[in-house]
Amino acid sequence: MTSSMRKSGVSSGRLDAASVQSNFSDLHPPYDDHEALVAADRCYFCHDAPCVTACPTSIDIPLFIRQIATGTPEAAARTILNQNILGGMCARVCPTETLCEEACVREIAEGKPVEIGRLQRHATDVLMEDDTHPFTRSASTGKTVAIVGAGPASLACAHRLAMYGHDVVIYEARPKGGGLNEFGIAAYKSTNDFAKKEVDWLLKIGGIDIRYGRSLGTEISLDNLQNEFDAVFLGMGLSGVNALSLEGEDKNHVDDAVAFIADLRQATDLTTLPIGRRVVIVGGGMTAIDAGVQAKLLGAEDVTIVYRRGKDAMPASKFEQDLAQQKGVRLVFDAAPVGIEGNGSLTAVRFAYTEQQDGKLVTSDETFTLPADQLFKAIGQTLGPVPDNIQLEGRKIAVDNFGRTSLDGVWAGGDCATGGDDLTVTAVAEGRDAAEDMHSKLMGEG
Amino acid sequence: MADLNSTFCGIKSPNPFWLASAPPTDKEYNVRRAFDAGWGGVVWKTLGMDGPPVVNVNGPRYGAIWGADRRLLGLNNIELITDRPLDVNLQEMTRVKRDYPDRALIASVMVPCEEQAWKEILPKIADTGCDGFELNFGCPHGMAERGMGSAVGQVPEYIEMVTRWCKEATDLPVIVKLTPNVTNILYPAEAAKKGGADGVSLINTINSITSVNLDTMSPEPMIDGKGTHGGYCGPAVKPIALNMVAEIARNAETRGLPISGIGGITTWRDAAEFLALGAGNVQVCTAAMTYGFKVVQEMISGLSQWMDEQGHASLDEIVGRAVPNVTDWQYLNLNYVTKARIDQDLCIKCGRCYAACEDTSHQAISMSPERVFDVKDDECVACNLCVNVCPVENCITMETLEPGSMDERTGKVVEEAFADWTTHPNNPSATAAE
Repeated sequence: MTSSMRKSGVSSGRLDAASVQSNFSDLHPPYDDHEALVAADRCYFCHDAPCVTACPTSIDIPLFIRQIATGTPEAAARTILNQNILGGMCARVCPTETLCEEACVREIAEGKPVEIGRLQRHATDVLMEDDTHPFTRSASTGKTVAIVGAGPASLACAHRLAMYGHDVVIYEARPKGGGLNEFGIAAYKSTNDFAKKEVDWLLKIGGIDIRYGRSLGTEISLDNLQNEFDAVFLGMGLSGVNALSLEGEDKNHVDDAVAFIADLRQATDLTTLPIGRRVVIVGGGMTAIDAGVQAKLLGAEDVTIVYRRGKDAMPASKFEQDLAQQKGVRLVFDAAPVGIEGNGSLTAVRFAYTEQQDGKLVTSDETFTLPADQLFKAIGQTLGPVPDNIQLEGRKIAVDNFGRTSLDGVWAGGDCATGGDDLTVTAVAEGRDAAEDMHSKLMGEG
Repeated sequence: MADLNSTFCGIKSPNPFWLASAPPTDKEYNVRRAFDAGWGGVVWKTLGMDGPPVVNVNGPRYGAIWGADRRLLGLNNIELITDRPLDVNLQEMTRVKRDYPDRALIASVMVPCEEQAWKEILPKIADTGCDGFELNFGCPHGMAERGMGSAVGQVPEYIEMVTRWCKEATDLPVIVKLTPNVTNILYPAEAAKKGGADGVSLINTINSITSVNLDTMSPEPMIDGKGTHGGYCGPAVKPIALNMVAEIARNAETRGLPISGIGGITTWRDAAEFLALGAGNVQVCTAAMTYGFKVVQEMISGLSQWMDEQGHASLDEIVGRAVPNVTDWQYLNLNYVTKARIDQDLCIKCGRCYAACEDTSHQAISMSPERVFDVKDDECVACNLCVNVCPVENCITMETLEPGSMDERTGKVVEEAFADWTTHPNNPSATAAE
């Protein structure tokens, strides 16, 4: 094992199957029943609870925890899913340490919040294991809605619309639904193919048809969707990736972190997935952390994440930073890449320290070089092609508080639209709320 | 979905959860919020005679005891009946009933033990559109010193007399609220029935002092250095209330008399237990005072889920279902033998079962040097103490010995036949129970 860890270049099988399996096991393993009761017992059932305010989907957290405490986790799950149909995935991937759990009054009292995320997982797991769907579809309204993309925003939107009796068709570019739940997000947060299982479970509401391999601008056009359907929701996320704009970016093993994570999530055998001996990641968000930690877990010997600003400015939470360091990933702050070295294949990345000058971040003359077999770029994603006539704000589709775009009858939500923090949970909230607005519009017109 | 619609003494409400007459139901503002939160009914804070209202203390009214993590387990109070003018209450009740016609609105009443007083006030209150009356014969502090509340409730003859006056004064249902501060709850319950009561509600609060301030040597809650007994309620009183409800439900004289169960109901399960023991509906106070009105949502979802799981379509199918299983000690089967069983996978090796058994019971649990705890079947009398002190739910359970198997403690084969105190051959004092 040791020898394959030290093997130079980019190579698969650095660790044996057992080590990989152990490395990629559940980051937050599920509670057993006793643990869930003990954890639930700590909730104070706060009035107008800060945790609910902190949740982008406004789940009634005190109520669902009380329902766990009184032995009805199924009722708890319904409380969760009423607000957030992807409550199972959000329980796993939400940065609870900066959302509900940060707001928990126990955090103030004892520095140890009620473990809301794990309790939410307990409740939703119990209900989903039952293999029934807790919601029923209203009688058909005869209205049709097209949804572009099958990620969290689209799925939440589709489920709510289907529940109201509308007929929904989802067009998804990839061969599978789930969006970043399926293709992004670290594997140790969504084990046992949960993303796919959750999509299958969600579709049991009925009235949702997913057509794969259809992307906006190629197989489908917004014009046609507007003509064929009563309403359209755009939830296709961000398909482009920012480039470093450095010479040598085309060298072998200079890769996009999102593509690496997607390959990892889709791999059936992680020991066949190649990874560098020395891996460098440029970026400071969740993608950078997910790529860095997983590179380490695959057996990379040295993994370094380099972020151009300071620790406090890093978009990845302190919990995620700590996780990376605990797994042996080195975090380097205040440095930006200035050169990519190597003949054909990458051998090293050159960085310059950064500093503030007149309120702008600039690189200094002080540089250092990190030997690298593989470089992952994790410096943000961009909107893919959209029709010219839709109004953008910054680099995203402009939407109002109801998710309405500048085009009549077209709504948008999730990462492709303005607003929100590019989290699964905010995407769900946006998809759900757009569906509510679409529903009232559709029925008002009828 | 189970149907939670409730009809109690002919009074309809969308669920069996009423707020008891108490501070939460003192005024329109609270009651509207309660109904908006989902409560099926309220018993309005007790109304008194027209004229200047009572005056409450101006210091602390509540005392409490807590469990681990400062969970409120018992609450006592020295608050009196409503301290707002009768007219104001009646106007508010009228408005609330008008705006929430599907919810139950019950007027709690307490006036002096004079026929005219009761007969004058009931029709006046009935004009609000309320659905019924609850006669407050239970309040144990303050008002009792003036010959009202529990002072009436402790004298069955008075209960019967006042109930009869009230039934003569109104066609609306009359519920008599009983005090638990008596030697036998059946006497006041029977008196209420004889007086013509449509139902009874219980328990009111229990005489109590929650604690003593050891610096000032005064009971809590303390008013200017002094304290007095208050009325105790909350989760701690539930077992007392359950027993009293069951006694009335199974007593030949009172069987079938509708009972509104009160006493420490905090979760759906508490409510289901009261219903099973014969309560037609339940009233809640302390849980709302501790957690707010929203707490009813868990009660509704939990009761509904449990009824669905059990296949109970409506409340009628639950009410009183456990009553036939409440019996006297002398009729318990002495041939029913169980033994404690410790699930070694669930055991966290705290040793509390061992300490309890070794020090205070029957030395029936062994402890190995590796802290493995096992039951000694030849010593275990199945007392259940280990189950009760174990911190892990279902880690220690009771296993029933099948007839024909050997009880190693007695060296006898477990008999299939039923044998209680009155029939068991080993009992020399069987006839003493006659």
